[in-house]
Amino acid sequence: MLDISKLLEEIKASPYEELVITAPHTGVVSFGSIKEGDRVIGATGTWNEIPGTALATLQRERNDKIIRATQKGVVEKIYTELEGTFVDAGTELVRLRHFLSKDEVLSIILKKALYLFEAPERAKYYFAPEVDSKIKSSGSQSVTVHDGMELFIMSRMKREAPLNYSGPDGAIYSVYFQHNENVDAGAALIGVCPPDQLSLIEDVVVRVQTEWVEQE
Amino acid sequence: MDTEKRTQHLTERLTYIKDVFGNKQQENIRLLESKLEEFIQRENGLSTEDKFAALATLEDLFGFVERNLENELTAMDKVRIVRHSQRICLRDILENVYDNYTEIGGKDENSIDPSMLIARAYITRRSGKRVYHQPVMVIGQEKGHGEEFRNGGSVKPWGNAKALHYMKVAETENIPVHTFVFTPGSFPVEEAPGAAQQIAKNLYEMAALSVPVVAVFSEGGSGGAEAIGLADSRLMLSHGYYSVISPEGAAAIEGRLRDGKRAGPELVEKCAHQLKITADDNVRMGYIDHKIQEPALGARPYHYDFFRTLRQEVIRATDEVVLNVKGFSPFRAMALRRRKGKSIEDLDLENIHVRWSLSRKARNRLIAKRHAKFNKLSKSAFIDRRPIHRRVAAWFVEKGWDTYSYFKYDLWRSHQKKLMYAVEEVDAEARVLMDKVKGPWKKLTKAIPASSSKADKEKELTMLSQWDEEDQGKGQWSYISPRAKDDRAITCPNSDTHGCQDLWAPDLFGEYAGVCNSCGHHFPMEYQWYMHNIFDPGSIFEFNTEVESANPLGFEGFDLKLEQAKNKTGLKSSCTTFEARINNVKVVVATLIAPFRGGTVGAAEGEKFIQAAERAKKKRFPFISYVHGTAGIRIQEGVNGVIQMPRCTMAVRRYIDAGGLYLVLYDTNSYAGPLASFLGCSPYQFAIRSSNIGFAGPGVIKETTGMDIPPDYHRAQKALSRGHIQGIWDRRDARHNLSQALMTMGGRNLYYR
Repeated sequence: MLDISKLLEEIKASPYEELVITAPHTGVVSFGSIKEGDRVIGATGTWNEIPGTALATLQRERNDKIIRATQKGVVEKIYTELEGTFVDAGTELVRLRHFLSKDEVLSIILKKALYLFEAPERAKYYFAPEVDSKIKSSGSQSVTVHDGMELFIMSRMKREAPLNYSGPDGAIYSVYFQHNENVDAGAALIGVCPPDQLSLIEDVVVRVQTEWVEQE
Repeated sequence: MDTEKRTQHLTERLTYIKDVFGNKQQENIRLLESKLEEFIQRENGLSTEDKFAALATLEDLFGFVERNLENELTAMDKVRIVRHSQRICLRDILENVYDNYTEIGGKDENSIDPSMLIARAYITRRSGKRVYHQPVMVIGQEKGHGEEFRNGGSVKPWGNAKALHYMKVAETENIPVHTFVFTPGSFPVEEAPGAAQQIAKNLYEMAALSVPVVAVFSEGGSGGAEAIGLADSRLMLSHGYYSVISPEGAAAIEGRLRDGKRAGPELVEKCAHQLKITADDNVRMGYIDHKIQEPALGARPYHYDFFRTLRQEVIRATDEVVLNVKGFSPFRAMALRRRKGKSIEDLDLENIHVRWSLSRKARNRLIAKRHAKFNKLSKSAFIDRRPIHRRVAAWFVEKGWDTYSYFKYDLWRSHQKKLMYAVEEVDAEARVLMDKVKGPWKKLTKAIPASSSKADKEKELTMLSQWDEEDQGKGQWSYISPRAKDDRAITCPNSDTHGCQDLWAPDLFGEYAGVCNSCGHHFPMEYQWYMHNIFDPGSIFEFNTEVESANPLGFEGFDLKLEQAKNKTGLKSSCTTFEARINNVKVVVATLIAPFRGGTVGAAEGEKFIQAAERAKKKRFPFISYVHGTAGIRIQEGVNGVIQMPRCTMAVRRYIDAGGLYLVLYDTNSYAGPLASFLGCSPYQFAIRSSNIGFAGPGVIKETTGMDIPPDYHRAQKALSRGHIQGIWDRRDARHNLSQALMTMGGRNLYYR
């Protein structure tokens, strides 16, 4: 069984992800005005239409290409020694430290603790009608699944096929897909929680919600 | 009225004054405030008579101050008056001006668009001993007194569609239309039928609406006002405004403000003054026929005398319009004319009877008069530097063309057509007969082996037409963008999603015609590219080059800006008109060019456009409007600009009604006024892939509605799926497609239907 307390401690010990920004192609780098320790943001806006903070400019054939931050974070290191030099594609330019938010921590833990049932192929997925009505009336956690149960309808190119669940018994703890949107093969559809671990997981959720200190 | 009500009424009048004047007129406001306060304090101690006497004095004082303040109203104060929730609204007018009415097309919020109110009303008149009920269709924006669901009189496209529908109903029933313009501007949603498209449709239909239309302007904001404002007689309330843009909007543009920053009150006040938006200004410039005087500080629902005046005025205006086109009306017309200068008390219009329905001939005269009226407007708002002898020569040439086209097309062609049809019939009959006679001989010859040329001919006729690479000229364009001389690479904006490689500028802007060769993204190109690569080389003949943009309102600093634009582009206005050929098909083209002040349309541009349409009509050529880009109506010209919307649409309507083929081609960004009138009314609109098409740009939508719109909201693809345009073309195929469109839509004769 997974030691959730230990996992949580581990994440707490290093509460961030490191993002390495590399040169997408060759060119002459200039870093502009950012400094180590600066806060940067990724693309924002309803449609991600507002670009993120500019980190560096790469010039090739008199064509300036701005390299932007993809996520919120703090600039940890800038390879200033590269300023004005010609770099290869893939050269590290900037390191960002992206602090994990509550939701991100929870999803990391849940993905490890839960049994994830994956999509066998790229298609749209729906819950079987009786399961769907149950979820709509009293939430996904009210549904207990067992091996071989007919749980999904897989819809692809106007053809629908039933899909049976295979895996340990338990309640559906989280749902990772959306209606009318295609799910890639191998992506998680649902996270199933065995009944004996349910209280433990709920405990973790509460702990993360209360203990996790957002860094920004 | 009891004292409590009267006190309440005075309090409301005081708030109204405070709202209208804001920080100004503090002394007068303090005076009224203290007097009212004083009365309320000692009210309880007074006897009833004393109370009445004190109230009467107080009311006199209010009246006196209001009349004094009236003389100090600025343009911006009038804007505030018009926007005030105590201002009269259409519902008040229906209650007080008409004798009876029934709302149609919904009631209050249970309506397809509550900000557009339509009512079938009637006016009762007594002439001699007889009583006449005269029905009218009343159409107007309803602001209400601050009801949320009315959306402040900003009409959505379906509201304008509703208005148009009932105008058509009025036309069927042969009753006049009274429109009341109470709108700050149209609501910029793009959903079907589309904001711009619907206004364009309204204008196009109103240009030939065969019943009298009388418009009364209270708040006339740009395109929204035009959607119902094209009228035979245009009246305006003395405290209203009629403008191309709100003063705040103008200030935001003038002050170059971005990201929803607000302009300071001084700048707004100055813009309101400079835009010349008041009734007096508009009457002086000729865009309004008659001003209706309101009570001091503007009409409110309790000004019953004002409603009586308004009633007389709309009756007089309708009578005038009708009598002007009626066959027999000498005495009544004279009586009406004689009463023109008289005060409303002397005017007893109720007992002159004028039947408001028109005969077929009168209807035609009405439409002709309407076109002539609008054609005359804004003639002095641009510069024409031609010396007098050249003007006279031009006039003769034009008359010559008139005569020539009359003989060639109207007289000769119609007979020729009849003859042709007769010959065709005889020929077809004869063919059937000959087939019968020649039958046996044919059977005999079929036995002999056929020649090979016949098979080729058959193949040629039955094979599918193929896309011809020759049309692209293998990248050998006759005009190459100057950006092709730049030795640098350019990144396609789609490179993240489509993995496009960087493009080398000389390739991209030279051989590739500004099109990414991986994903087909179109980079914007110069207008010259189209002029020289779409039309046959050397075939362009420009006309009306002397017509020049001016600054008719004397807008501060605008002369300099115009001068800069003229020097930068070497053009005199953003509209260039020329004759040209495509595959030897002669066409007349009017372009709007983005580098000249954003391709905005003012009086000069409108005039050139109209002249081009007239020329195409005279010469019986197809008329193409190529829009390199337009940001809308030039705000610095005020109403001189906005009036081009109906004027140009009417020119287009005349051209189409005469049988012409009108095509519109968009490139880069085309927005606002022109799109909502003379461009949007074309039945055939096409776009190059690089174009963005819409009513209001993203910034304006954010500012007026508070909505964020997706970045691709105005892309040509979206416009196509909304039904704004009829097709999207690759730039490299533009010449071929245009030629193809002319051949298929115009048919063999191109001009005639």
